[in-house]
Amino acid sequence: MATKVFMEALSPTMEEGRLVKWLKNEGDAVKNGDVLAEVETDKAIMELVARGDGVLRKRLVGEGESRPVGQLIGVITTADENIDALVASAGAPSGTAAPAAQAAAPSEAKPAEQVVAQSQGTTAASPVPRGGREAQGEASTPPQEKTAAAPVQPIAASGAAEGNGGQTRSSPLARRLASERGLDLSQVRGSGPGGRIIKRDIESAQAASAGAAPRQPAAAPAAGDFEDIPLTQIRKTIAKRLVESIGPIPTFYLTAEFDLTRVTEMRTAMAEMGDEFKVSINDILMKAVATALAQHPEVNAHWLGDRIRQHHRVHLGMAVATNDGLIVPVIFDADQKRMSDLSHEAKELAKRARERKLKPDEYTGSTFSISNLGMFGIDQFTAIINPPETAILAIGAAQDVAVPHGDGYVTRKRIRVTMSCDHRAVDGAVGATFLQTLRRLVENPLMLVF
Amino acid sequence: MPVITYRDALNQALREEMLRDDRVFLMGEEVAVYQGAYKVSKGLLQEFGEMRVVDTPITELGFAGVGVGAAMVGLRPIIEFMTWNFGVLALDQVLNSAAKLLYMSGGQFNIPIVFRGPSGAALQLSAQHSQAFESWLAHVPGLKVVTPGTPYDAKGLLKSAIRDDNPVCFLEGEMLYNIKGEVPEEEYLIPIGQAELKREGDHCSIITNGKMALVAMQAADQMAKDGIRVDVVDLRTVRPMDVEAIKTSVMKTNRAVVLEEGWPIAGIGAQIVDYIQRECFDSLDSPVLRVHQADVPMPYAKNLERAAKPDAAKTIAAVRKVMYIE
Repeated sequence: MATKVFMEALSPTMEEGRLVKWLKNEGDAVKNGDVLAEVETDKAIMELVARGDGVLRKRLVGEGESRPVGQLIGVITTADENIDALVASAGAPSGTAAPAAQAAAPSEAKPAEQVVAQSQGTTAASPVPRGGREAQGEASTPPQEKTAAAPVQPIAASGAAEGNGGQTRSSPLARRLASERGLDLSQVRGSGPGGRIIKRDIESAQAASAGAAPRQPAAAPAAGDFEDIPLTQIRKTIAKRLVESIGPIPTFYLTAEFDLTRVTEMRTAMAEMGDEFKVSINDILMKAVATALAQHPEVNAHWLGDRIRQHHRVHLGMAVATNDGLIVPVIFDADQKRMSDLSHEAKELAKRARERKLKPDEYTGSTFSISNLGMFGIDQFTAIINPPETAILAIGAAQDVAVPHGDGYVTRKRIRVTMSCDHRAVDGAVGATFLQTLRRLVENPLMLVF
Repeated sequence: MPVITYRDALNQALREEMLRDDRVFLMGEEVAVYQGAYKVSKGLLQEFGEMRVVDTPITELGFAGVGVGAAMVGLRPIIEFMTWNFGVLALDQVLNSAAKLLYMSGGQFNIPIVFRGPSGAALQLSAQHSQAFESWLAHVPGLKVVTPGTPYDAKGLLKSAIRDDNPVCFLEGEMLYNIKGEVPEEEYLIPIGQAELKREGDHCSIITNGKMALVAMQAADQMAKDGIRVDVVDLRTVRPMDVEAIKTSVMKTNRAVVLEEGWPIAGIGAQIVDYIQRECFDSLDSPVLRVHQADVPMPYAKNLERAAKPDAAKTIAAVRKVMYIE
């Protein structure tokens, strides 16, 4: 059975794609998932993959040419299958060239040769006249026989619900909720029968997009609140190869030990001035992390698949253990807040988290997270990244450590932190630089007032 | 609050209304000397005498017509059908006389009559005596159709039916007469056309009526153990239908299962689904499903009868399906 190769929507907003380079020749055997071609979308150069096994029989678009999404651009079949009708269906509506080519093709010619002649004529003569586009799009977008997704769906990009003649199936409620919440249904994966998008899919999609693009007023990303960094080729390759190696979020870990002598002195000095000035080590660390993040947008970032969003505002997530499990409330604009405010807000959020009183706005939109298990006597640990964030800092217990001093040893209060980094976005040196800044702040807490 | 049977609740309603208004009388087969085929009229002959508790021959069309005539001249008859399966013989009087006369007399003759008796399947009464008639009757403009599922509803609604100035078809159930429930001693009325939310939950709405209300509550109780919380909307009256109650519930839960006793084609559930799709379209997260009797004459064999009837298991299966629980 034939597998049609369509120009797929390889980005959410793509309407047409330019075929940059064919990576398979006509006659090459291809397997489902093989990269057939590189296609330039409105955003990037993406790979177009085969959706079935067989032989690439026809390439219906030349390199450098553009085709609208949904257009038939190739045919994969068994080596000897007759593909006349298919190729004709791609050529027929595209204007005068096709009928002319058909007429020119001798009717007694062998089918395969005829096809080649005919479609070469078509391709050469008419790189899709504009007027013919819609009709052509329709003609070439019947439900695909073999593949899981309809051609006009952005298959690779989103895995959206299987269409009914290209339409996304969804419940009326899902449609209403999507429209109310500004969600694009074509970007939502349906979990109902036949891929129907239902309420729970909208809710989970919204939760995901809330993480990617926080929408609550406190953190709503206004223009200038972030900068999107397009992925360079090397960045893309790093991402691809590391994902193959270690999983969807290729994580590495950086551990550092900070000296808390001055933090301890500062706490003591502040506490002596009165109860209202008491702060915890964690409060000081949060302030330091937030301050460091403001200086290192490269780790205060979200991985968005096709780009990295570096945030200019620091929304610090803090992992809180509750009886129901882990939740990460967010201190918005943490770098802008005074330590007393941070301390108060952190306590309040933790309390409300344990009482299960947090509103969704209060636990979505973080740009970086911290997790502290020091109170459980954990020396050091690794935390799991809270996507789409690109790093998380795990804080262990402050403890007395013997450190070499002169000829002997002195006892110092020290703490171990471990930063988990998403290697797609954050390289080792970048994470290490951030930790250097953080060390400077923690070991010299007066810097925090600078 | 006293706990009494559905049968006694009906008996109280009849007695109280006959005491309150001497135009009210009861007529039907075996209602007087035999005290009612199901003993609903127990004691009434002794208390009110044979002018007001009248035994009839086996002539449903005849005594229904006598009832309509009596209503036209100012009495308030209650016509008991031993079962609504026999009541079909009287349908000409019910549909053509009682339901139409107010309209055809240009408003001169209203017909304050109650036709009552058990409807639907009991146990192994076979094809001819197991039929649920609410959709047949509700089809007719001019009739009200009341289907109480509990003793409390039976009493409050029968009293309202007797006081209603227009014909009311009152559908009881053989299997309901013995069920017990709380019924207050003091007088109360339940307005015709008012549903009751008998269970409250936010996952799915079960819309039902009549004896299926009990089935719905069994299903709700079982599902509660799995953490599935459903609204059980007991319509109590199917014409006029409390569409606002349906709407409120479905808008809340986004999912509905309609549970009815009768057959699927043109059943009362079809009417409910029609209403839901029009009024709640943008709130629906899944198609509305119906649970109903199999589309066959009711089998006599016990196992087949059980298979044909709507029940809690079928209701639960439908609820899980609309909730997308595999």
